[in-house]
Amino acid sequence: MNDLSPGSVPSPDDRAAKLKGLGTSRKRVEDARFTQGKGNYVDDVKLPGMLFGDFVRSPYAHARVKSINTEAALAVPGVLAVLTAKDLEPLSLHWMPTLAGDKQMVLADGKVLFQGQEVAFVVAEDRYAAADGIEAVDVEYEELPVLTDPFKALQSDVVLREDLDPEADGAHGPRKHANHIFLWEEGDKTATEQVLSEADVVAEEMVYYHRTHPCPLETCGCVASMDKINGKLTVHGTFQAPHVVRTVASLLSGIEEHNIRVISPDIGGGFGNKVGVYPGYVCAIVATIVTGKPVKWIEDRMDNLMATAFARDYWMKGKISATKDGKITALSAEVTADHGAFDACADPTKFPAGFFHICTGSYDIPVAYVGVDGVYTNKAPGGVAYRCSFRVTEAAYFIERMIEVLAIELGMDAAELRAKNFIKADQFPYTSALGWEYDSGDYHTAWNKALEAVDYEGLRKEQAEQVEAFKRGETRKLMGVGLTFFTEIVGAGPVKNCDILGMGMFDSCEIRIHPTGSAVARLGTISQGQGHATTFAQILATETGIPADSITIEEGDTDTAPYGLGTYGSRSTPVAGAATAMAGRKIRAKAQMIAAYLLEVHDDDVEFDVDRFVVKGAPERFKTMKDIAFAAYNQAIPGVEPGLEAVSYYDPPNMTYPFGAYVCVMEIDVDTGQYDIRKFYALDDCGTRINPMIIEGQVHGGLTEALAIAMGQEIAYDEIGNCKTGTLMDFFLPTAWETPNYITDHTETPSPHHPIGAKGVGESPNVGGVPAFSNAVHDAFRAFGLRQTHMPHDHWRIWKTAHDLGLHG
Amino acid sequence: MTKHQVTLTVNGSSETIDVDPRELLIHTLREKLDLTGAHIGCETSHCGACTVDLNGKSVKACTMFTVQAAGADVTTIEGIASPDGMHVLQESFREHHGLQCGYCTPGMITRAYRLLQDNPAPSEEDIRFGMAGNLCRCTGYQNIVKSIQAAAAQMNAAQEAAE
Repeated sequence: MNDLSPGSVPSPDDRAAKLKGLGTSRKRVEDARFTQGKGNYVDDVKLPGMLFGDFVRSPYAHARVKSINTEAALAVPGVLAVLTAKDLEPLSLHWMPTLAGDKQMVLADGKVLFQGQEVAFVVAEDRYAAADGIEAVDVEYEELPVLTDPFKALQSDVVLREDLDPEADGAHGPRKHANHIFLWEEGDKTATEQVLSEADVVAEEMVYYHRTHPCPLETCGCVASMDKINGKLTVHGTFQAPHVVRTVASLLSGIEEHNIRVISPDIGGGFGNKVGVYPGYVCAIVATIVTGKPVKWIEDRMDNLMATAFARDYWMKGKISATKDGKITALSAEVTADHGAFDACADPTKFPAGFFHICTGSYDIPVAYVGVDGVYTNKAPGGVAYRCSFRVTEAAYFIERMIEVLAIELGMDAAELRAKNFIKADQFPYTSALGWEYDSGDYHTAWNKALEAVDYEGLRKEQAEQVEAFKRGETRKLMGVGLTFFTEIVGAGPVKNCDILGMGMFDSCEIRIHPTGSAVARLGTISQGQGHATTFAQILATETGIPADSITIEEGDTDTAPYGLGTYGSRSTPVAGAATAMAGRKIRAKAQMIAAYLLEVHDDDVEFDVDRFVVKGAPERFKTMKDIAFAAYNQAIPGVEPGLEAVSYYDPPNMTYPFGAYVCVMEIDVDTGQYDIRKFYALDDCGTRINPMIIEGQVHGGLTEALAIAMGQEIAYDEIGNCKTGTLMDFFLPTAWETPNYITDHTETPSPHHPIGAKGVGESPNVGGVPAFSNAVHDAFRAFGLRQTHMPHDHWRIWKTAHDLGLHG
Repeated sequence: MTKHQVTLTVNGSSETIDVDPRELLIHTLREKLDLTGAHIGCETSHCGACTVDLNGKSVKACTMFTVQAAGADVTTIEGIASPDGMHVLQESFREHHGLQCGYCTPGMITRAYRLLQDNPAPSEEDIRFGMAGNLCRCTGYQNIVKSIQAAAAQMNAAQEAAE
């Protein structure tokens, strides 16, 4: 099989190029089906006899449910059943556990706690009949006082969660009020207060990160199908964590886990919205068991925005101290976290405020304290990580605002203040005051590269000139330079301290090499647009020497994929990517034994060379991976089992810490509140880069979600708990028209503990982008005395800021 | 509810279906004709995931009754490719990474197809304005604009070569 003529052997570089492995901007294998309308999303799933279920939802934010009359609904043509809490109670399914240690009503049990809450589930022959049925369900409510402000909720006599014993501890310790969920603390409070009280300079500010929503273009949904003959339940759904859904479904329903198959088909974006378990899934499963027919539930957009998985809503009271020359000495954050009616965050169990204590950011801060109070209000439940690792974007926004406020207090340039306090390259691995071990970084290099790229000094000069021109009345526009240097914490996470519902947050990959040298690999994660089928094949190509084009990646079917915790929190590359590399190495280790046998040398006398094993010192003697794969299946090799397969479950030793430097240059019209993003420069360091094209795409997308959040997107309520932003008319998603072009750049500091050094990137641009946009708005008004104003910075709020600063004469 | 018999041309073939007067075109296409390429994203005409081409105009099929489309000539994403292969736009979106989760992509390409019929040499501004009825949550549009620009250039070059 070997051609030994030297001239015919392609060079290692040529052979590596053919693999399309790590570092290649490989075109995506997913695109052929998506561009031709042949994707398979959950609403495309059509099963014989399938029914359609939909919810009667509460119009009130807080009310007692006096009665539910379903008689008229059941008479509507096409309506087959109407489920209420009374129907679910005998099955103990009228409530369900949340991922955060709380419980949540599946259907209203005596009262409703937020507008849009699920009250009854109508099952009908099609979605039109279901809508007719919903109209005919008669629910009698008695309105109760509404609490939408978390600070007032902690003072109020109105008890929202009457199901909880006010004296008993919650899932995360003592509760200090009936509407209090937990107090979660980290760091040294006494020492921090001591330093703050004695400091040269202290800046204090309330930083609010408003409530928003991930709003993927595809809403949540599922198709549940019970096969009563073989006792098997199949659920297709928009699940970011299909294995977790299977385990939860088994625990809730009592159906043994091997009889449940959960399938995540193509998912139309997730961004954290599709991590949790929603009442729709439970009701569809109950409905298929009751009717014996498949039942589909698909949210409409209003359901999605009103009821499933909001994000943020953190009131962060910060104090930061420094010496006169700008060396930071302490940081304190006291957070009031509005969780809505049920604590349905999707955080690792031991972290009720997620990884918010990454809030010392990129800075070497000697002492710090964080205290987070979780509070119930009459708003939708959630608190999911919207395109960020758990509460990391809140943390990054907090510290990057506090740095700006401190710069004002010190009368210092904010870029200089950052550089003065960065953790230095030789301090890594660095343990923060709040207990994280940062794996690697070179912040000064990245920062200097960014400032040079945008001509930072030139920008400041131009800005100062514009302020003078404004004061002379020559222009009505101001220029803002929004700086951000962020450090993320992703890749949850080590099983010793990270779990979801008791499931350790490892991930997995299983590889089978076929006799002819192609392969299939299955993972515990699930792509929602990240291009896993493209990039994980690249990792394997480099590890095993099999071309990426000859490797099929499969995810999302719990009957075939190994157990994994799914895709969110930028964990796929750090955890499943590591599992993939490790499984590839197991393949290679066996391949080495086979190659040595075939070449009649000792195992140690062959070495891996791109796509083959060669005899050391005799490169003309080799066996390609293709040769080896065939031999694995057709030769009896002493001491070696036939076949070429491997599986790896990877428990990461640490998180990864991607970082980046962003600069946003914005021009603001003081009289209209309109803004123009003149330039946005984004430098990301995500460690080893697997596919630069996909990284750049992720950065563009994440920055646009950041633009949305910072500049207009919010879930807003009126004082009686009406959700004012329930459609895309009111909820801001930027169009191509409002979105700027971005300049992307990078440095590359590999993670020392990850098998290939990759850190993950999908969420960095959202985490870093929000403060960059917001800081630009703040910076534009710095010369006129603005310290802190709240997002989102829509045209009205910018105009109001200018007005309040007296800039309208 | 009285059914209405509606005949329309979809991707070149004549289809006759019985529908309720309230049935939306997107449901007819997706559920009766099994053309699931166009998607539903908002039900309020904002997101454009349901965009189809109807009598030479881009139409959001989630807010049009099927009975309104009686006699119309409809092209969906499934009808954009020719028997010889993918449309230039479909190739270009792949080449320039103009998609991620793929949910907006059929509507995006169907809209771009009409945009380039109306304006074969659009500026970046023309594209951004012309595509503003189609939302994408993944790409930030930069590579969508690039994909459309590249497709326009390629189509124009092919046109010139033919002349």
